[in-house]
Amino acid sequence: MKVFKTLLRRELGVCFGVLNGYVIVSAALFLVGVCFYDLVYRLNNQPTDMTLTEMFFFSWYFWLILLLSAPLITMRTFAHEKSTGTYEILMTAPVNDIQVLMSKFCGALFFHAIIWLPVFISMLLLRFYINNPLVVNITSIITTYFAVLMVGALYISIGCFGSALTRSQIVAGMVSFTLGMGIFMLSVNVLFVVPDPGPISLILAKVSLADYMRDCSRGILDSRPFIFLVTSTFLFLFLTWRVLEWRRWR
Amino acid sequence: MGDASKEWMIEVKGLTKRYGDFEAISNLNFTVKRGEILGLLGPNGAGKSTTLRILSTFLAATSGTAKVAGFDVFDESHEVRKRIGYMPENNPLYYDMRVYEYLKYRGRLKGLDARQSRDRAETVMKECDLEDVRRKMIRQLSLGYRQRVGLADALLSEPELIILDEPTLGLDPNQVRAARQLIKNLGGKHTVLISSHILHEIEMTCNRVLILNQGKILASDDTTHLQSVMGQSSRVVAEIKAPLEDLKFSLKNFEGLLAVDISAAEGDYYLCSLSFGAETADPREELYKMVVRNNWFLRELTISRPSLEDVFVHLTRKQQDEEEDEE
Ligand SMILES: Nc1ncnc2c1ncn2[C@@H]1O[C@H](COP(=O)(O)OP(=O)(O)OP(=O)(O)O)[C@@H](O)[C@H]1O
Ligand SMILES: [Mg+2]
Repeated sequence: MKVFKTLLRRELGVCFGVLNGYVIVSAALFLVGVCFYDLVYRLNNQPTDMTLTEMFFFSWYFWLILLLSAPLITMRTFAHEKSTGTYEILMTAPVNDIQVLMSKFCGALFFHAIIWLPVFISMLLLRFYINNPLVVNITSIITTYFAVLMVGALYISIGCFGSALTRSQIVAGMVSFTLGMGIFMLSVNVLFVVPDPGPISLILAKVSLADYMRDCSRGILDSRPFIFLVTSTFLFLFLTWRVLEWRRWR
Repeated sequence: MGDASKEWMIEVKGLTKRYGDFEAISNLNFTVKRGEILGLLGPNGAGKSTTLRILSTFLAATSGTAKVAGFDVFDESHEVRKRIGYMPENNPLYYDMRVYEYLKYRGRLKGLDARQSRDRAETVMKECDLEDVRRKMIRQLSLGYRQRVGLADALLSEPELIILDEPTLGLDPNQVRAARQLIKNLGGKHTVLISSHILHEIEMTCNRVLILNQGKILASDDTTHLQSVMGQSSRVVAEIKAPLEDLKFSLKNFEGLLAVDISAAEGDYYLCSLSFGAETADPREELYKMVVRNNWFLRELTISRPSLEDVFVHLTRKQQDEEEDEE
């Protein structure tokens, strides 16, 4: 545990201690700011029956930013250490693969959480001005933030996997972007394509991230997609672990 | 831990590593005693770094076993990692950290508590002469200073075994000397394994040397012993003032002389570099008599033992010859 803490502190240090961490944060904050402004603008100008969080979800901002930011945050994790050779000093210190993997995963997830925090804080602030639970409602704000974290965890684990595969950050970013985009497109299909009763669309419906996000944005927490998210996150973490093990044998 | 592990720090049996089809090291067998300083010597691509990577648990061997302090480097890698300090080839470091901060972090990672890691960081910074750059970003350090940070890192947790892959690369002459002295002082208390292709470095710092070429061990012996066994010849340098023709004639008939190289030196002197076979004990006395007999002048007369360099060239050449014979 002590080793894990040391490693995690180092990961967070990398995120916030160097310039490129701040570049990602400020880029994300800028986009998130635009997103929030747009939401409030629409809320003021269009008659709508959606709540703020639902609008947040339907505006697609979240997906766009997530699909780009997750590979950006995670591509560094293993690829950079491998290309500079520091992976060698890291892995010959008394640490094990799991500790290293989890510290990198948690560090990146924490970073992801920080990026999205401002939107939800602003939503909560807005709650003081709009006293209408049909528009802004604290439960759904919290569940939406929770969903953002859960979906983020899956994308971060995909990113770690991509990064463990290669020593090039660019390749790592591309692998995780492709995988993430693939999962996203499957989810979107379920949302818009007229459901035909075939088995494939049934399966897809079960794993639809978009569906899950929509439920959460209405303040509904369903356990099935939640379980899907957790297991697939663990699946990618497991795969990453195998890749790390396998590297020793090359 | 058995009795064997008390005496042997490293035991390597039949160690082989293949990268795809290419065999980087094949069937290495050697042991290293506790407290010994062993030098791994070999030309580029000999497999030194590969061997050190396996011993430091970074790579898995294709076959064979290696034990450090009685623990298997693959099955019990965690135990091994607790006992080693490793400085890899090219000395990778976290460039975005400051020296002191980096050493403290590494200390924590190696299992020291906050106070110990502070104290040890201070100590190794003193040992490696890093105190005036403690606040500097590692990225901004010169190559030699970075090398010292790597060395300091390897010493941090006072490990039983210190593995250094080309530790003096990029250091200036003063620092090379300091680093060698440092490594020498580590012997006895720690076991040290260093790789290098600089022969006199190994000669100066190590008790024992392992000569590696193309993934195989060519020779393994005490540094001093190796020379006397392998040293087939001795070389004498003499500066003699004499008529050139007479000198050449006399030397031609000199007993035991294998080769001679004469060049003009300052004044009317000639610089003669003479190679003798193994059977000639010490030709200097006879040389002096020769000069006196002819009424010549002599102003220098030195004998040099073969260096490890000669031994190395000799051994690798022999291996090549044998391979050619086989074909
Ligand atoms: N990852 C790898 N994949 C394929 N071949 C490799 C790999 N690493 C090393 N080799 C090969 O294995 C051989 C031994 O390499 P190694 O790095 O151990 O040599 P070395 O003795 O350390 O040489 P040097 O003095 O140049 O550092 C070389 O021929 C090298 O090309
Ligand atoms: Mg090497």
